[in-house]
Amino acid sequence: MDKFYHSVKLEPELCKGCINCIKRCPTQAIRVRNGKAQINSKFCIDCGECIRICPHHAKTASYDKLDVMRQYEYTVALPPPSLYSQFNNLDDVNIVLNALKLMGFDDVFEVSSAAEIVSEATREYIRSHEDSLPYISTACPSVVRLIRVRFPNLIPQLLPINPPVEVAACMAAARAMEATGLPREKIGVFFLSPCPSKVAYVKAPLGTEKSQVDHVLAIKEVYPQLLAYMKAVENDAEEISESGKIGISWGRSGGEASGLFTDRYLAADGIENVIRVLEDLEDQKFANLEFVELNACNGGCIGGVLTVENPYVAEVKLKRLRKYMPVARSHMGSEAEEYVPWTTGVQFEPVFRLGDNMMESFARLEQVERLCKRLPGLDCGSCGAPTCKALAEDIVRGEASERDCIYYLRENLHKLSREVSMLSDDIDGGIKGGREAFPILMDYIRRISNEMASLDSRMNEQDSDE
Amino acid sequence: MAEAIRLTYEISPDDFTRAGEASSDVKKKLKSLGVPPEAVRKVSIAMYEGEINMVIHAKGGLITVEISPDQILMILADKGPGIPDIDQAMQAGWSTAPNEIRSLGFGAGMGLPNMKKYTDEMTIDTVIGKGTTITMIVKI
Ligand SMILES: Nc1ncnc2c1ncn2[C@@H]1O[C@H](COP(=O)(O)OP(=O)(O)OP(=O)(O)O)[C@@H](O)[C@H]1O
Ligand SMILES: [Mg+2]
Repeated sequence: MDKFYHSVKLEPELCKGCINCIKRCPTQAIRVRNGKAQINSKFCIDCGECIRICPHHAKTASYDKLDVMRQYEYTVALPPPSLYSQFNNLDDVNIVLNALKLMGFDDVFEVSSAAEIVSEATREYIRSHEDSLPYISTACPSVVRLIRVRFPNLIPQLLPINPPVEVAACMAAARAMEATGLPREKIGVFFLSPCPSKVAYVKAPLGTEKSQVDHVLAIKEVYPQLLAYMKAVENDAEEISESGKIGISWGRSGGEASGLFTDRYLAADGIENVIRVLEDLEDQKFANLEFVELNACNGGCIGGVLTVENPYVAEVKLKRLRKYMPVARSHMGSEAEEYVPWTTGVQFEPVFRLGDNMMESFARLEQVERLCKRLPGLDCGSCGAPTCKALAEDIVRGEASERDCIYYLRENLHKLSREVSMLSDDIDGGIKGGREAFPILMDYIRRISNEMASLDSRMNEQDSDE
Repeated sequence: MAEAIRLTYEISPDDFTRAGEASSDVKKKLKSLGVPPEAVRKVSIAMYEGEINMVIHAKGGLITVEISPDQILMILADKGPGIPDIDQAMQAGWSTAPNEIRSLGFGAGMGLPNMKKYTDEMTIDTVIGKGTTITMIVKI
């Protein structure tokens, strides 16, 4: 599978070519070319920011539909704790779990249950590897992808432990095979995702060869149906929940860290904040930390773009829900152990490099610097790149030209018209003979109208935003 | 009066991750016995708070629950440090809980006040250096 598989996609018919997404993208992965946004799949980390910001709903996340369930003889749902935070006045997780069964799943396996096992494994890992503290959480795939392309120095500090969703999928699949005797391919493992990042994770896993999640559904799409089934369950919900405070807390920022029983942690959420923390970590600005929890979405997973509830309201609900739960209900056992550690590493992907080797990169960097001095430095986005520097890099990579900059074009026009007027002054003053001057003048006029046409086409692209 | 059902739970101080399991078990049992939901709720909250306190503030101990048709009696006995000032400990917001567990939502200083609020009778016997025994009754 393509290691740059993405869930975040563009709907070209809806895209108006405005600059909202190019400005918001944290990895500058989007360019507007020929009036439509294009996502550079090597730069994109599936954080979903462009989905949030696009006023025309031209960015979407791809995920599976519920009816793929029919392809399997036995199905298991993996509900994450962020799902529990979506409902008003929910005080018993079992209502959600039983509703999922009514919806047609043969079994449910809580991601929060696997999360408690991951917490336990993390506590143990930190205790036995105190040499290279702090460790960085690897639960948010967007964060891992960001580190993979932008912070190679921090790769050794990634916690080499599978995210709860993966551990849950492995355990759920094993339990289903044991219970039914069916071969693995007849069992469908479905994750109910709060974000596109996990959709991409399943297709292009990090730290493991192949994900045991077979399909990913969107919380927002399952929500209405689930709500109806929850009403049907009401109060006689069979007790099937296997998670407690620690597992439930994973749904929000700081939750993963809270399960480590240390106050030497840092938890940051929101992709911009995450980048700031990673930069400071790279510069070794923190002392005395054991763990760094990073979530691309504001508020943590409850803030994912595929959820329905406001993340701050969801957080209150989650806190209420966990209030009288045992600290944990799932503990590490032999059935889980083998699924916890990463089986493959994460490699640096130097996608932002300007050249193929150091010499080339260096030469190109100089070119970028020179170009930047010529560009207006307004970061207006009219060229389709988020900043003048990004345009300069595109030019150096051969993906754009200086003429994409409308200020450059305007400047050129001024220059040409100045030259024309000088020429006509000359003709007027009799310095140049009328006949020889004629072709030169014609050439100038042709160039001016070319530049005008180019400027017009750029303007038209922008007008169509309105 | 019909015979009471007696449940006992050894609360271990060694594994913090198991704190709260005893109360969750009692809750399940009360439900299956058909105890009215309101009483189940009161017992599970009061016992939960007491159980967590035994793990966080004392070194574990023993919980005895007696379920009779008209009431539920809980005795939480620990061999911890004792509570030096009961009035202070009973104040909402007073807490000596360690920082490491605060992000899990503990340490609001609301445990003892809630135990008082959700039970019909509550007594605290405490001896510094010897331990604390809290007795609570919820009437059905
Ligand atoms: N069994 C006990 N042994 C010793 N000290 C106790 C015991 N129970 C409570 N305390 C003391 O009383 C204080 C108040 O207890 P309380 O349960 O009200 O709050 P808390 O446990 O600190 O926080 P919360 O219960 O809101 O998580 C505790 O911080 C602790 O100092
Ligand atoms: Mg307490």
